[in-house]
Amino acid sequence: MFAYIVRRVIAGVILIVVMSIVTFALFFASPVDPAQFACGKNCSAAQKEVTADALGYNDNFMVQWAKFAKGVFVGRDFPDDPELKETAPQTIAHCPAPCLGYSTERTSTVNDLIERTLPVSASIALAAFVLWILGGVLFGVIAALKRGTIIDRGLVGLSLVFYALPTFFTGLLLYKFVAIQWGWVDIPRYTTIADGGLSGWGSSLLLPAITLAVFFMAGYVRMTRAYVLESLSEDYVRTARAKGLPPRTVTFKHALRAALTPIVTMAGLDFAGLLGGAIITESVFNYPGLGKLAVQANRDFDLPTLVGLVLLLAVFVIVANIIVDLLYAVIDPRVRLS
Amino acid sequence: MVDAHPDTGSDTSSYLMVDDLRVHFPTPDGLVKATDGLSFRLGRGKTLGIVGESGSGKSVSSSAILGLHRGTSAKVSGRILLDGTDLLALSDEQMRQRRGKEVSMIFQDPLSAMHPYFTVGKQIAEAYRVHHDANKKAARARAIEMLDRVGIPQPDRRVDDYPHQFSGGMRQRAMIAMGLINNPGLLIADEPTTALDVTVQAQILDLLQDLQREFDSSVIIITHDLGVVAEMADDVLVMYAGRAVEYGSTKELLTHPEMPYTWGLLSSVPDVTADTGGRLVPIPGNPPSLLNPPQGCAFHPRCLHRDKVPGDLCRTALPELLPGKRFAGHLKRCHLPDPDVVYEREVLPEIAPGLVEEA
Repeated sequence: MFAYIVRRVIAGVILIVVMSIVTFALFFASPVDPAQFACGKNCSAAQKEVTADALGYNDNFMVQWAKFAKGVFVGRDFPDDPELKETAPQTIAHCPAPCLGYSTERTSTVNDLIERTLPVSASIALAAFVLWILGGVLFGVIAALKRGTIIDRGLVGLSLVFYALPTFFTGLLLYKFVAIQWGWVDIPRYTTIADGGLSGWGSSLLLPAITLAVFFMAGYVRMTRAYVLESLSEDYVRTARAKGLPPRTVTFKHALRAALTPIVTMAGLDFAGLLGGAIITESVFNYPGLGKLAVQANRDFDLPTLVGLVLLLAVFVIVANIIVDLLYAVIDPRVRLS
Repeated sequence: MVDAHPDTGSDTSSYLMVDDLRVHFPTPDGLVKATDGLSFRLGRGKTLGIVGESGSGKSVSSSAILGLHRGTSAKVSGRILLDGTDLLALSDEQMRQRRGKEVSMIFQDPLSAMHPYFTVGKQIAEAYRVHHDANKKAARARAIEMLDRVGIPQPDRRVDDYPHQFSGGMRQRAMIAMGLINNPGLLIADEPTTALDVTVQAQILDLLQDLQREFDSSVIIITHDLGVVAEMADDVLVMYAGRAVEYGSTKELLTHPEMPYTWGLLSSVPDVTADTGGRLVPIPGNPPSLLNPPQGCAFHPRCLHRDKVPGDLCRTALPELLPGKRFAGHLKRCHLPDPDVVYEREVLPEIAPGLVEEA
């Protein structure tokens, strides 16, 4: 078990290194000149050259990557210029380890940017996760148990409709009707726990969370229904009935236990993906999360921010994968990790 | 039909009496008559073997005794009297309370029949606790006792193993322990040895016999292996397309079978101890569709002897299950006027030439 975890962590670290190199490579393979972007529209060739030099874009991309990697371990100064440090230390931004870079575009270290935006995305993801898991599993189980009835058909049909609705559409509908026209909730604006308390925080997450949850829930209803139906037809469920167990025990202890295993896997990975920011939902509701930051960084060709965000998401997904695999071994005794 | 039953050798009040049992499944394509008018009786402590190919209705019929079709679309009718109580007339809850306590069942593949996420001990103890007011500790002790009884070595340690940590034979032993933990009057074993190695099969059958004697349970053993029947059963019921086609005491039926389907089953049993002159003759064709069974005798399309019946009766009329010539307790569903002659002249020389010479 311990050896397995160590191996998985090492593999994960290697994967992250590769991801970061690929991100750098992709960025420089793009036809857009980042220095031109940073320098602005009315930028002479000489100015552009100075900008590119200052931002390090003239180096080979592997050299740039190596500087980035060094910064992760020991921290970096921006710009990394010993002469300037002597003459005008106030112009130098220090980025302590683990430094993910410095965004000149946003005049802030990437770490600070993430620190500001991650709580927003994590809050939305958490609220949506709770809603969609509860709803998805509950409705999925109901549909499976009421198989073939009007309830089953209704749930499956509805989930198909919601699955087909794009999040920007659901989000805008909720925004327009629930918040503006009917005024059931305040106009959604992200509120921290420090500002609004638990209730303020929770209610500020309501609409974005529902927007996301409805989409994911639709998939989970269908998935749960399929797994529960499959598990209900297993031989061991027949054995449980043959023992004379009450129907409740048969369904919830014997059938559901097996059906939920694959759902745990899916849920873990989906949650990790969502932690990295719900791009469309955050944009619709104008919430300052990772997703919105990613859109802006992409628009501005802000390499440091982009690399930081890509790596963060990679870490989330890799960690979630490891956790899900470990969880699997806990749930299913047949899985031996070695 | 109720009066025409073989003498089981037990007292007149049978422990289990199945009368005109029908299990029909409505499907979009039509009605599937998986069991269509099955009657038999079983004395206390006796063993009935139900034999037939896949899809002949063996498992469906025995699941009906356990009430496992409740809550499905299946239409079950007839009477199933267990110790005088009609199981089909009980409420779902009353049936549930009898399930596993008065009737229990052992399934074919013990790996898929046991829950992979619970320990063997938990699953056995669960069967005990649902019918007894026992705490976890007492139920666990009882599970260990049962595991010991069915011959699991170191039962106090193996009780905490998961099914996948058991061998196939041990899993089936554990299933038997689960089936017998409440000391049921009737145990239904649905092909208990099919998924096991040949060497393990004999051990499991021996174990079943020992425990049957010890617990004085009646046993229905479902199989397609006539060897199992010969070893275990007092009576045999041969099923084809949802109906009984031959029914009698094991000795009588195996020595003087009167129905061509039974001959076919006998011909297709490989026997390593038989003389090498005997041939292994498969039954031609496939079991019939239960959705659209053949007219007349359901077996006629595959029957090698249908031309011996005058007037094309096999194709037009379903034969009744009637006593044969030899013995009132030996029932068969066949139009052949002189099956014993055909068997001795044509079938026996094929499958066991040695026996013919001795006679």
